[in-house]
Amino acid sequence: MKYIDEFRNGTIAINLSRKIADLVRERDTITLMEVCGSHTMNIYRYGLKKLLPSNIRLLSGPGCPVCVTPTSYIDTAIAISQKYSQEVLITTFGDLFRAPGSTSSLEREKARGASVIVVYSTLDALEVAKNNAGKKVVFLGIGFETTTPTIAASMIEAEKRNLTNYFVLTSHKVMPPVMEALLRDKELNLDGFLCPAHVSTIIGSKPYEFIARDFHIPCVIAGFEPLDILQGIYMLLEQITRKESSVRIQYSRVAKCNGNPTALALLDRVFEPCDAEWRGLGIIPGSGLKLRSHYERFDARTVFQISDFGFQINSEIRSPIQSGTQSATNGCICGDILRGVKLPADCKLFGKVCNPEHPVGACMVSSEGTCAAWYKYGEN
Amino acid sequence: MKNDKITLAHGSGGKLTHDLVKQLFLPRFNNKALSQLGDSAILDIHGMRIAFTTDSFVVKPLFFPGGDIGTLAVNGTINDIAVVGAEPMFLSAGFIIEEGFELSLLEKVVNSMKEAAALASVEIVTGDTKVVERGSVDGLYINTCGIGVVNDEINLSISAIEPGDKIIISGTIGDHGMAVLSERESLGFTPSIKSDCSPLSSMIKKLLASGVHIKFMRDPTRGGLATTLNEIVNAQKYGIVFEEHTIPINDGVRALCEILGYDPLYIANEGKVVIVVSSCDADKVCGILKEDILGKDAAIVGEVVPEPVGKVCLKTVIGGTRVIDMLVGDQLPRIC
Repeated sequence: MKYIDEFRNGTIAINLSRKIADLVRERDTITLMEVCGSHTMNIYRYGLKKLLPSNIRLLSGPGCPVCVTPTSYIDTAIAISQKYSQEVLITTFGDLFRAPGSTSSLEREKARGASVIVVYSTLDALEVAKNNAGKKVVFLGIGFETTTPTIAASMIEAEKRNLTNYFVLTSHKVMPPVMEALLRDKELNLDGFLCPAHVSTIIGSKPYEFIARDFHIPCVIAGFEPLDILQGIYMLLEQITRKESSVRIQYSRVAKCNGNPTALALLDRVFEPCDAEWRGLGIIPGSGLKLRSHYERFDARTVFQISDFGFQINSEIRSPIQSGTQSATNGCICGDILRGVKLPADCKLFGKVCNPEHPVGACMVSSEGTCAAWYKYGEN
Repeated sequence: MKNDKITLAHGSGGKLTHDLVKQLFLPRFNNKALSQLGDSAILDIHGMRIAFTTDSFVVKPLFFPGGDIGTLAVNGTINDIAVVGAEPMFLSAGFIIEEGFELSLLEKVVNSMKEAAALASVEIVTGDTKVVERGSVDGLYINTCGIGVVNDEINLSISAIEPGDKIIISGTIGDHGMAVLSERESLGFTPSIKSDCSPLSSMIKKLLASGVHIKFMRDPTRGGLATTLNEIVNAQKYGIVFEEHTIPINDGVRALCEILGYDPLYIANEGKVVIVVSSCDADKVCGILKEDILGKDAAIVGEVVPEPVGKVCLKTVIGGTRVIDMLVGDQLPRIC
């Protein structure tokens, strides 16, 4: 068992796709949304849509951490790298490197001389801090419940190692509140949620229960592999055709009902809930995480006095989610794409001025972004 | 946001590198030999066809499982000559060394070059040494040139390719890129992934001597198999379809790619060749390759097709299809 080939078996995929077709034959369109960047990417990477009947509509929600990170956050990171260029090293996960801010990206700033280092884990960032005692090392802390525990752990570890030159620019988000915001969106008529795999391994299935109970929308936590996704869709359709709604776990080999208590304890120790800005979606109450007071000394925003540079409320920010919300960049419909009400093809910038070479919106930057997946896998 | 500075993406071998070559270098150096954009230029000198190539090596770290910057410099240059159907003969070696670099390390690299050259029966006949201030380069860079002779009966050309031809890869993909990455980032995978860095000249010589109808060859180095296939279809009147399940790949490489979110199709190889061959000779070519240790995992992975023109399509393991485009920048590890 290598946990790769077994979940990419072509014969089983065809059988599953037949079972799915049988289940929904002669039914109206059923709309399902996945809210996980890796689901989006693998649906395109394996050409899964071609295995589904035409009355199943798959939408990609705000599941890519880079795509939902506001422009102002990138601007702030760039501002720190410029204003404190002599004393700061920026460390970041790879995807964020090319994400566009208002006028530049970290990739471009690096070419102009900024110190930006791509790391593979927060512990690498700690090593950078240890090896550069004379510099202040800023880690760009974005992401959902999957990555945030590792960022929490890095601060606990920095405290233990007495590393006083390690800081985090936080913009962490949690998934259930944005799912609720999407359900309250009148333009979207969802029939089911394919819940994220790795987020759910941390938070478990309970945080989604309100969706099934209060909104009567079935949820299935599905793994990333093609057969996981197909089976997840099948499990959703079973509930929909029986008019049931509950939270079920397809990804049971990893995701458990109670999640990962150790990771949750780390999260709770370092972070507390706050409102958060989502690129193109606006501020969503309770959808973010901020540092608890004990860990505030790690907060890059406090250390670097950057209130002049970012996080001013701009036209991008509205609440609740409104129709036609545009990102700060004129013409980009990232917000509507993240909400699933529009497709990349509906955007007049897509494939023309906005492409992976010159991304206008973040959905085109991250490999998990809907626009990047469309472009890369030939939906253009 | 317009590019006014060179970014690392311009050196990744993907789309930006190609744009730089086509928009900046080609129009200015404009000549017939260069415009072919082959791995080596083929020059007609007094009735002899000479293959001439150059390459620069800036690999970090200098030493990695399966090779070092020295073996890479020699084998990389040899392979660029071999894939145009020439027999590599002479190389040059230019060393740009950082002040303070350990002499023992330089000796180790030079010994590797000596052994690699001897193994492939080529001679390093001219060279240059420059030392620059600390910080101006990262330890050691090597530039090489290589020349070889193309036999009269050999005539490989991208324009000879036609629908129906088969695409063969001589072995597993992604080994070199993932070995270097794993070593550079100290990812600590055991057993370590080994680079495939090796000279292809003797295997290719056997192949060409066998009389099979080879149309075109290229070594899929920077940018990987996907980039090479895109280069083959670029501006041509055909496309390529290849099948995911036929592509040879080592378990370690695949696992590391899965973990980091990399696509092995875009990862560099340093001891592999992509061969486009007439359909009727495909099995024979595979057979000859498999007789050689460097070609033991050779496989037919795809076919040249009339449609879609200028595109490379992959049939996925579960029966879907997707377009394989040229990469825009370096692949970046994903957040989650």
